[in-house]
Amino acid sequence: MTLDSLAFQMINGLASASGLFFVAAGLSIIFGVTRIVNMAHGAFYMLGLYLAVTLADRLPGPFGYWGGLLLAALAVGLLGAAVEVLLLRRIYHVPELYQLVATFALALILNDAALWIWGPEDLLGPRAPGLKGSIELLGRRLPDYDVFLALAGPAVLLALHLLMKRTRFGRTVRAATQDREMVAALGINQALLFTAVFALGAFLAGLGGALQTAREPANLNLDLAVLGDAFVVVVIGGMGSIPGAYVAAVLVALVKALCIALGTVEIAGWAFNMTKLTLVAEFLVMALVLVLRPQGLFGRPHGAPARGLASEAPLRPMGGTGLALAGAALVAALAVPLVATAWAYAPVLALDMLIAVIFAASLHLLMGPGGMASFGHAAYFGLGAYGTALAATGLGLPTLPAFGIGILAAGAGALVFGWFCVRLEGVYLAMLTLAFAQIVWSVAFQWEEVTGGSNGLIGIWPDWPFDSRTGLYLAALAVAVVVLCLIRRLIFAPFGHALRAGRDARLRAEASGIDVARIRWLGFLVSGLVAGAAGGLYAFAKGSISPETLTVGRSIDALVMVLLGGLGSPAGPVLGAGAFTLLQDTVMRETDYWRALLGVLILALVLLFPGGIAGGRLRR
Amino acid sequence: MTAQLLEIQGLEAWYGPAQALFGLSLAVGRGEAVALIGRNGAGKSTTLKAVMGLVRRRAGRLALDGADISALPTHHIARLGVGYVPEDRRIFTELTAEENLDLARRPGRDGSDRWPTERLFALFPNLAELRRRRGDAMSGGEQQMLAVARALVGNPELLLLDEPSEGVAPIIVEEMTTAFRTLKADGLSILLSEQNVALCAELCDRAYHIDQGELRWSGPMADASSIVE
Repeated sequence: MTLDSLAFQMINGLASASGLFFVAAGLSIIFGVTRIVNMAHGAFYMLGLYLAVTLADRLPGPFGYWGGLLLAALAVGLLGAAVEVLLLRRIYHVPELYQLVATFALALILNDAALWIWGPEDLLGPRAPGLKGSIELLGRRLPDYDVFLALAGPAVLLALHLLMKRTRFGRTVRAATQDREMVAALGINQALLFTAVFALGAFLAGLGGALQTAREPANLNLDLAVLGDAFVVVVIGGMGSIPGAYVAAVLVALVKALCIALGTVEIAGWAFNMTKLTLVAEFLVMALVLVLRPQGLFGRPHGAPARGLASEAPLRPMGGTGLALAGAALVAALAVPLVATAWAYAPVLALDMLIAVIFAASLHLLMGPGGMASFGHAAYFGLGAYGTALAATGLGLPTLPAFGIGILAAGAGALVFGWFCVRLEGVYLAMLTLAFAQIVWSVAFQWEEVTGGSNGLIGIWPDWPFDSRTGLYLAALAVAVVVLCLIRRLIFAPFGHALRAGRDARLRAEASGIDVARIRWLGFLVSGLVAGAAGGLYAFAKGSISPETLTVGRSIDALVMVLLGGLGSPAGPVLGAGAFTLLQDTVMRETDYWRALLGVLILALVLLFPGGIAGGRLRR
Repeated sequence: MTAQLLEIQGLEAWYGPAQALFGLSLAVGRGEAVALIGRNGAGKSTTLKAVMGLVRRRAGRLALDGADISALPTHHIARLGVGYVPEDRRIFTELTAEENLDLARRPGRDGSDRWPTERLFALFPNLAELRRRRGDAMSGGEQQMLAVARALVGNPELLLLDEPSEGVAPIIVEEMTTAFRTLKADGLSILLSEQNVALCAELCDRAYHIDQGELRWSGPMADASSIVE
């Protein structure tokens, strides 16, 4: 490594930090006042970039470029205001989890809207007029635009600082961040304040995106990539702190820059390509901060944990009717291979359903009895799938040991990530799970030598007796039955009682001698193992896997299944997963815009039937 | 019949499934100071919160100056001339005293500003020195004065005071009592929720005694001391 290459990478890093800072700051301001973590914030960034690219192409001259950039950001701000008025106002009073899911649904709809308007191809904007050149720095050429962006971050930080300290609006935002009710009692119209704050946050995200016009092409993956990064930044910097967001964005960018500048280093005879370690570095920074200061560098300690979910009626063991229904379902499931001659698709669909049921049941254990909403459950599904696939193809192990290795891989991931996650509550936990899942996804995507990169792994076929459709289906059925019985047993065992006690009243549970963090960690482990089993089955069922297997989309599918089934009932995930898979395999296959369809479905679910199909007894 | 400034009839309120108020009725006339006495958990704070629209689930009639306010959002009720000094003061701790006041400042319903800074600081001399101090660097008594001042700069006609003496040094309680008497003499109507009957006796004309969310007794303040043990 040379000093000049480090300096070069640092300016480059600062330029990226600016965009990330804008998104994270917007996220933070919105959360402070409205207490909503806006999962659509990455989509706002992406739309800002798309709009700016389009406007820069249409409007002439330097004004066209810079004016278009500002116009794009303003348009996104306006869109934010519209979203607040039309959607968010209806969900301020619903439980946190539903707010997260609803804003994620919005992200899905916005993503498909972008697909519809701009198509699937990447769009690259023109270079910035006046900043096309580059400057010489320590013998390297550095694009003017990167220098400009690196300076834009602190400039916006200063502007936001002045806005917050010097204006009435800023004072109101700071006051409302602390105590919304009191602000209303002083005669300030909250509805207007919330709209303004949401518009400001969306504007910042839009600006962050628009400013990337000359730097990176607009594409449809940006929304989630940026959202994951922004969550990492917010967790490091501390939710609600704008300077914290900047410092964290810079810190992450600099650590990455350092990794890139180091290039390939040799440690004890092993050559490490540090550039591939950038993601792990980000994770390590976050992990370190969480261990030393769980509230983030600039955050204040989290107050009494807000109740994430609505209060739930105690779970009741299944009665006679329930057992009869479960028995009937099992008989029906066993009969599926018999109809295969008449309807060849039946076992395929049924296998998909079983995998979904196992996956949803694992998430339900975490979310329902555990009270921990994971937005990154695909990580464990993916670890199970990759673990199984690598053991089967790379190590050439037989089916059963490979499956076992997959489950253990998922369990190991759950142990590591869970250790951090159980220390947080509510939305912080949700953000962290999503960030971890993004990291696992990136590793699968980038570590080509092992994971096959974007091509993934192929030729993962089970051996006898699982090599026939019926064989694999029956094996999956056996796994599903074992898993469901195990989870049911756990829920009603002392472990389950302790888990629920920790969910409903953490302090009281701790005062009664329950080590809540440990119980939750165990819950995380069990949930991860079960999700890994679903992933392993998936790998064998499909024969090939790719990073697509563990995208955020899969995590959200599981969330939708659980919500669809209802949180309050152990039977919920079975019904939810069944219904969702049926819907996905029939209706959603028919359209290119299934994300938007899914988004609309989620919104309808949140707004109209917050209790789910199984009618979980949710009370407000 | 003279219209009451605040009139509450059959007020019921709930926190989740738990009912906290059971058919409470009371009234505050113009220029009158009324005490709401009762022990911890009796429903005093809930009554004041219900008037401000801060209890989400409630029923019954709430009228301000003859107009129904039970369906109005909180900020609307505040703008109609109700100043609220909450139980735990709820000062914005990250803002300075001056910023707390600026945030709340708005003209009265007749467009006048009866509480310009000089007059406010004449009433609470300590606040003048604390202008630039952040809320979290103030003592309980200082915060309490700021909370009252913050309600006043909104130019209310009715002041809801929730346990202003709680956790405040006796000397400050005395100073505040003097300030409240000045406010009353100035024509402000006051609804004071207090456990400190001595403070009520110095300020109020009438009293309501509530317990377990129900009205137990109402009458002249002079008789109240014997009612409440």
